Amino acid sequence: MGDADLVQIVERAADDLGAYLHVPFCEAVCPYCDFAVVAGRDDEVSRYLKAVTAEINGSDAVGLVDAVFVGGGTPSRVSGLAGLVGALEERHGLAPDAEVTLEANPEDWTDGKAEELRTAGFTRVSFGAQSYDPMVLEYLGRRHSPNQIDAAVDSVRRTGFESVSIDLIFGSPVESDASWERTLGRALEASPDHVSTYALTVERGTELSRLVIGGAPAPDPDVQAGRYEIAQAILQDAGYRRYEVSNYARPGHECRYNLIAWAQGEYLAFGMGAHGHLDGVRFRNVRKLDAYLDAVERGVSPRAGQESIMTGDPGLGNALDEERVVLGLRRSSGVVLDDVATAFMASSAGIRLVEAGVITAREGRLVILKPLLTDEVCSSFLASRS
Amino acid sequence: MISHIRNFSIIAHIDHGKSTLADRLLERTGAISERDMKEQLLDSMDLERERGITIKAQAVRLSYDAPDGQQYELNIIDTPGHVDFTYEVSRSLDAVEGALLVVDASQGVEAQTLANTYMAIEAGLEIIPVMNKIDLPAAEPERVAKEIAGVLGGSSDEVIAISAKTGEGMDELLEAIVTRLPPPEGLEADPLRALIFDSYFDTYRGVVCYIRIKDGVLSKGDRVRFMATNNVENADEVGILTPAAVPVASLGPGESGYIITGIKEIDRVRVGDTVTRVDHPATTALPGYKEPKPMVYSGLFPTVGDDFERLRDALEKLRLNDSALQYEPETSTALGFGFRCGFLGLLHMEIVRERLEREFDLDLVATAPSVAYRAFTTAGATIEVRSPQDLPAANQLDHIDEPFVKVMIISPSEYVGTIMELAQSKRGEMGELTYLSPERVEIDYELPLGEVVFDFFDALKSRTRGYASLDYEPSEYRTSNLVRVDVLLNNQPVDAFSAIVHKDRAYNYGNTMTRRLRELIPRQLFDVPIQAAIGGRIIARETVKAKRKDVTAKCYGGDISRKRKLLEKQKEGKKRMKMVGSVEVPQEAFVSALQIDQDG
Repeated sequence: MGDADLVQIVERAADDLGAYLHVPFCEAVCPYCDFAVVAGRDDEVSRYLKAVTAEINGSDAVGLVDAVFVGGGTPSRVSGLAGLVGALEERHGLAPDAEVTLEANPEDWTDGKAEELRTAGFTRVSFGAQSYDPMVLEYLGRRHSPNQIDAAVDSVRRTGFESVSIDLIFGSPVESDASWERTLGRALEASPDHVSTYALTVERGTELSRLVIGGAPAPDPDVQAGRYEIAQAILQDAGYRRYEVSNYARPGHECRYNLIAWAQGEYLAFGMGAHGHLDGVRFRNVRKLDAYLDAVERGVSPRAGQESIMTGDPGLGNALDEERVVLGLRRSSGVVLDDVATAFMASSAGIRLVEAGVITAREGRLVILKPLLTDEVCSSFLASRS
Repeated sequence: MISHIRNFSIIAHIDHGKSTLADRLLERTGAISERDMKEQLLDSMDLERERGITIKAQAVRLSYDAPDGQQYELNIIDTPGHVDFTYEVSRSLDAVEGALLVVDASQGVEAQTLANTYMAIEAGLEIIPVMNKIDLPAAEPERVAKEIAGVLGGSSDEVIAISAKTGEGMDELLEAIVTRLPPPEGLEADPLRALIFDSYFDTYRGVVCYIRIKDGVLSKGDRVRFMATNNVENADEVGILTPAAVPVASLGPGESGYIITGIKEIDRVRVGDTVTRVDHPATTALPGYKEPKPMVYSGLFPTVGDDFERLRDALEKLRLNDSALQYEPETSTALGFGFRCGFLGLLHMEIVRERLEREFDLDLVATAPSVAYRAFTTAGATIEVRSPQDLPAANQLDHIDEPFVKVMIISPSEYVGTIMELAQSKRGEMGELTYLSPERVEIDYELPLGEVVFDFFDALKSRTRGYASLDYEPSEYRTSNLVRVDVLLNNQPVDAFSAIVHKDRAYNYGNTMTRRLRELIPRQLFDVPIQAAIGGRIIARETVKAKRKDVTAKCYGGDISRKRKLLEKQKEGKKRMKMVGSVEVPQEAFVSALQIDQDG
């Protein structure tokens, strides 16, 4: 925390260009998932990859891409991803040290796939491991076993990828503190370079939300707070540095692509439901597979909407500043203590947060000391601005 | 000719058809054509028409051609129908010689009607019992006639059965008014004494006073003196109400009408005052003027702080027509700037609040109603306590007296048990229990007014399924074992939640408030103790545990717009918070916590 190298890494990401490629296909939709996904539509895979390729080919070149993220969905279920990366490289160019991440499910992984993807230019794999507790995996609707996680991580390592990450979800009602500690322990044995730990969140419109509304137990925020602290202690002890609310990495293995988002940097976006950010405008593609395919195939833009981050009225202040701080504060290194951040610290809400030990000024930056209260800080910051 | 004048009031319970009857009388005597009639003409305020109650007195003169060939002048002086407006009622009754007691043939006598009837009898008025709504299928004319006769001590044959709706029985009623009610007395030669029985503020003309001439003559242009305030004014206009205002040259003994003097401030005119002539003055005023005295107090605060000035303007405007409304600025740490308002009673309070919100488009928070206590200090001083904040510290307090009221409840006899239980739980002392008929009973109680205004009326209504009616009048102050319960948020007292309650109820109040607040106050950055205390002694405690987790787990490139929307929403919530010490409290929490519930 607060390490000088981390501040450098984090700030550099502001100037990087990212690219997001969405692959929505899943075997089944997990009960907690609210991403743009489809299940049972595998017959459309090749048509879809063609459409994304066409979208890439039709996009305006804005410079070399520094970090690519192929997310989903479950991209690892699909073959032909090499073509996508190739199209991107051809149209936009990849920086020599570009990070190219693939989201993967452990049960799909084979050594053959590892070889193929490494050759195609992928440098990093992020596994949706979620837990090492079979009961938790079942609750989350996951179809892999703990051993499959280990095997997949091993395979990635052997193939010479630069980085491997695993995602974990904690705080489900079927989990105990002990089970969470065991999951963390097993995860550390696999020795990934990067670990993301997410508190299970009941998102609107998901199967989980329907169950909870119907009376099924909901995750308890206080219990989750405790688990969060457990993870913090165990992972930091093992040499993983927390660089964002939910993300830990061995120094130098921070996810560059995600750092761009938190630095309010720019990124291209391709595929159904993909979001991008260019020239002060945030935009998104249609979230429905058929609508996306139809648009691209008819040669029209699959864009579903966009909004400018700048406000038209200078009297209202700059929404760009507000967004920059709100995103930046998610990082353990916080934001530069400029006029905006200083004014917040001097506001009555800011003073209360300082007194409660939630935020502080450190080495010219405003940082959050209690990441569990990040939204409290951010909403106070926004309230102090209006 | 004074012998051909009849002045009377109509006494009726809400919904028993007073206004319909008045309308029918107006129509029968040709005062207004049916076409011009708005439903229920006498109730002129929207709120009055909507609630079917009369708040302000009204006066109407009718011309009646009797079957005997004579023409009579009938003056109806309408009275408010609610206990809160007893003072207005008594002034109206002083202006007449008789009263029609109107009772719904399907309902029977109600407490308020009875209270007003007793007032009328005490004022020496001749009462004509009228049973209305005999056309209803549910009417029980025989039973109700017996009940009325029982109350008045006459025979049920004297009860006139009518249907104001169909017009049935109206001829008999008009005849009874002429034959049974006495004409007024008074001499033209005597010095002028005119009773002001109501007044209202007209934007263009200033204060308009409704008057009844007892003695002497009032003419346009006379110099007149208002005896209580000692104002001398010019009688710019004198007139009668038909019900439209019609100027006349003069008004003589027994007549009612209005006077306009150009006074612009309602405070300079007091209902109950006597008007006399400067050139031929009366030496003694008519009895009757009394300063209206608020019985119930409550703080009114705008939910939006910026509305304070608007609230002040609105109260000023309301007061122009409602001299009983009192208010003074009050500051609350929790609710900001507002006004401590004094009301005649709960209905008055409710009406004022509703008018403020409706006619002036204000959003208000009202603190729990309180009554005027008398605190006696060890130093020998007496302090009137209208707000819990006025109460001296416990160590300086010798004792507290609280106002008691004489409560009259009329109810179907099957509810006697539950009413007694309720009254006892509110420290009631039972008086007489009288069967008005085998099915209906009158129970008298002495009750602390504080209990009555708190929730007694609601509890009575719910326990008797709305069948019981209630009336009360001030009785006396009695020493009671009262304490102030303070509610402390993070060790700081929150004035809006303090209450003066009987010692036996203190624990319950403290518990209820702390529990309620624990639910309403969001978790903060630190543990927030919520305590109820009597002086330094804590009687209840709850804790709002510190907020541990408030963070979005995932926020990546695709989540940014959504995340911003969530934070904006959270920000709006923050902006609605009020700081109480270091605790953020949502405005709605104050409103909800102050809502009296029946089990409270």
